[in-house]
Amino acid sequence: METVVFYVFAALALAGGLMVISFKNPVSSALSLVLTLFSTAVLFVLLLAHFVAVIQILVYAGAIMILFLFTVMFLNLKSEALKFESKHLGFKVSALLVILLFVGYFASLGFKKGLFLSNTSVSEMEGFGTVQGVGTTLFLDYLLPFELTSILILVAIIGVVVIAKKRSN
Amino acid sequence: MNIGIEHYLVLSAILFVIGAYGVLVRKNLIIVLMSLELMLNAANLAFIAFSRASGDMTGHVFMIMSITVAAAEVAVGLALLVSIYSHRESLDIDILKLLKG
Repeated sequence: METVVFYVFAALALAGGLMVISFKNPVSSALSLVLTLFSTAVLFVLLLAHFVAVIQILVYAGAIMILFLFTVMFLNLKSEALKFESKHLGFKVSALLVILLFVGYFASLGFKKGLFLSNTSVSEMEGFGTVQGVGTTLFLDYLLPFELTSILILVAIIGVVVIAKKRSN
Repeated sequence: MNIGIEHYLVLSAILFVIGAYGVLVRKNLIIVLMSLELMLNAANLAFIAFSRASGDMTGHVFMIMSITVAAAEVAVGLALLVSIYSHRESLDIDILKLLKG
């Protein structure tokens, strides 16, 4: 059962990812990205990360994607603004090869070390991934980073207002 | 039956490759930002997978931080995008080479 769910949603996530980078229209890309984020949220549930899965849907698939769609509609793009000459085939192939080289190198390093892959029975502990569990970890062990996050958000808000403001002169 | 953590890590790596390819190859600024989101999401999946494998919830906390940073980054990126579009009527990232000093 779990295997079937994993493979179905992994395939959906990959299909969504491929659609994000292949559609011409940003709105179609945004909706494909929602598909990927939602499938990832299902995989989080499989990994017993229930609270994080809810956060993923609320914040990522909800707020961030609304922000994208809102911007696309706010810009009121003309159809010629969406026409781009694509990069050369040689550039595309070499970009893909370079990325595969880097990712493959790090993946091979990880798999050579073996890490602690394969045993998944460790975490059947009490409260793993629930609101209480994540909250306890967040507010006891990581209180300072959590507070610093608010400064980051404040800086982002001020930055956005300054950048997007209409210049009057 | 349980699926090994490797499956999630491989999926995460493939999603990361797709995202990085989109960042390098697409010329539409909005889609480049979305590909960045794809890469961050792939990293989050790896965090959660390792967190499950080690039975430690630090990965969940880190993922929440990562979502916060992603939200801030998207907000600033889209503000820049609106500003660029109102100046140049185009979303082509190649016009940004005019920024070089």
